[in-house]
Amino acid sequence: MSESLLDVRGVTQRFGGLVANADVSMQVRKGEIVGLIGPNGAGKSTLFNAIAGVRKPTEGSIYFEGRDVTDLGAPQRCALGVARTFQVVKSFETMRVVENVMVGAFVRTASAAVAREKARATLDFVGLRGRENAMAGELTPPEKRRLEVARALATEPKLVLLDEAMTGLTPAEARQGVDLVRAIRDRGMTVVMVEHVMEIVMPLIDRAVVLDLGRVIAEGPPKEIVRDERVITAYLGERHRARSA
Amino acid sequence: MQDADPRLNARRNNLVIACVCVALIACLPLVVKDVYAQNVLVLTLMYAALSQSWNILSGYCGQISLGHALYFGAGAYVTELLFTKFGVAPWFGMAAGGLVAATIAAAVGYPCFRLKGHYFVIATIVIAEAGYLLMLNWDYAGAAMGIDVPVRGDSWAKFQFLRSKLPYFYFALAFAFVAWLVTWMIEESRWGYWWRAVKDNAEAAESLGVEVFRSKMAAAALSAFLTAIGGGFYAQFVSYIDPESVMSFQFSLLMALPAVLGGIGTLWGPAVGAAILIPLTELTRSFAGGSGKGFDLIIYGLLVMGIALGRPEGIVGALSRRMRRSAA
Repeated sequence: MSESLLDVRGVTQRFGGLVANADVSMQVRKGEIVGLIGPNGAGKSTLFNAIAGVRKPTEGSIYFEGRDVTDLGAPQRCALGVARTFQVVKSFETMRVVENVMVGAFVRTASAAVAREKARATLDFVGLRGRENAMAGELTPPEKRRLEVARALATEPKLVLLDEAMTGLTPAEARQGVDLVRAIRDRGMTVVMVEHVMEIVMPLIDRAVVLDLGRVIAEGPPKEIVRDERVITAYLGERHRARSA
Repeated sequence: MQDADPRLNARRNNLVIACVCVALIACLPLVVKDVYAQNVLVLTLMYAALSQSWNILSGYCGQISLGHALYFGAGAYVTELLFTKFGVAPWFGMAAGGLVAATIAAAVGYPCFRLKGHYFVIATIVIAEAGYLLMLNWDYAGAAMGIDVPVRGDSWAKFQFLRSKLPYFYFALAFAFVAWLVTWMIEESRWGYWWRAVKDNAEAAESLGVEVFRSKMAAAALSAFLTAIGGGFYAQFVSYIDPESVMSFQFSLLMALPAVLGGIGTLWGPAVGAAILIPLTELTRSFAGGSGKGFDLIIYGLLVMGIALGRPEGIVGALSRRMRRSAA
C-alpha cells in the first residue's frame, strides 16, 4: 500500500440538530482517483468542505501528508497543496479567463509574468487555449467548468477536489472531462471527486467511498460497489438492481 | 513572447498617456491665470487623487466605503496638530497622518470586514460619523472651532503659500499622478489580482490561497494612507480646518462619486469622473450663488441615478466594453 495523502479521522459535522457527517473516516492514497458518492443529502458536500478547510468539523480531525490540518483554513490548505472546484461554478466574472487562473498561480509566485505564463500553460492543458482573453462571464457553462479546474490546477496542488465537475455536461463533454481527470492524475496529482453521474464516474475511479445519511456505508473498487446490496438500496435504487441482474 | 502581449502593451500605453496628460496639465497655468479657475483645477486634481485612493479599497477590492471622510479628516488633523502644536513641517505631518489613518483603517476593518455588502457600507458611514462627533468635542484639537493654521510665510519647507495657488496646483498634480501610478502598479501585482478576486467571489478566492481578510486590510490601509495625504494637503490649502470642513459626510461622497461616475474599479475612472464632476460642482455653486449647497447635491443624485440605470460600469467601463466589441 502506497503512502496515505489524505486521512480523514472520525469527522462529525453537526448543524444544530442535524448531523450531516457522522464519524466519517476515509483515506486517500497518493495517485488515486477516489469517487465520493451517495444520494442527495448524504453529506458529500459537507465532507468535501471539511477536507477543503471551508468549515472546521465539530469532531474528528483531518490529516494531509501526515500533518494535522484540522485547524487550518482554506487558504492555508491551498498553500499546502489542496485545491478544489465548486459545484456551482464561482468564476471571477469581471476578470479575464487568464486572470482567473493567475489568481491561483499567485499562491506560488509573486511575479505577474510568471503567474501569467503558468496560467497560459494550464489553460492549454484543460483545453481553453484561445479563450484566455475572454471575460470569464462570457464563457459557456462547460467552459466555466474547465476554468474552475484550470484555476485549481494553477495552485500546483497535490490533491485536487472536484465537486460535481461533470454535472450539466453533455455526454460528449463529459467524456472529455473524464479524459481531463485522467490527464490530471497522469501528472502525478491525486483526485477526489464528488459525482452524481454514476455512468461517468464508475469507469474512471480506482475506488469509491459511498456515503448515506452522513455515514460511510461502503468502500471499495467500483465493480464491487455496484454489486453491494447496501449501496444498491441506498443509492442506486430498485431500477438499477433490476437492470444489472 | 512578452512583447506580443496586448495587455502589457496596453499598460505601457496607459503610462505614456498619463505622462502626456500630466505634462499638458502642468502647462495649464500658462493659459489659466484666473485665481478662481486655478482653485477649481487644484480641487479637481485633489479629488481625482482622493477618488483614486478610494477606488483601491472600494473599486478593486470591492469594499464600498462611504466613510473615507474619516481618513481625510485624520490626515488634516494630524498634519495641523503637529504643525500648530509642535511646529512639525506639514510634509512630515502628512506622512504621519497617512500612518495614523492606515492604523485607524486597520482598526475599523478588523470588526467591519466580517460584515457583508450593505452592512459594511452602513458601518463605514456610522464610524466616520462617530469620528466627526469626536473631533467636534475634542477641545485639544479645537473642537467645533477647529484649527486656524498660523501664517509662517510662503515657503516649500512649511508648505504654505498665500500669494499664489500654483505651488498647491503642482503638488495636487503630483499627488494625482502618484495615486494613479500606485493604481497602475497594483493592476499588475499579486495584491491587485487578489483584491479583484476578493471582490468577485471571496469564497473562490479563499480556495485559491487568498487570505481574504488580510487582503481587505491591506487594501484599506493603503487606501486610507493616500486619502490622509490628501487631507493634510487640503488643510494646508485652505489653512483652516474644523470638523465640518474636513470630516463631513459630503467628503465621503465626493471621494466615491468620481470613481462611480468614471468607472468603479478602473484605472482611469476616478480621474475622468473628477474631471467632469468637480468643475460641474464648482460651476453650480457659483451660478446658484453662495454655497449652492442644494443644487450640487441634486446634480450628484441625478448623475448617480443615471449611471446606476444606464451604465453601472461607468464611463470608462462602457467605453472599454465598446472597444472590446469592435475589436472582436
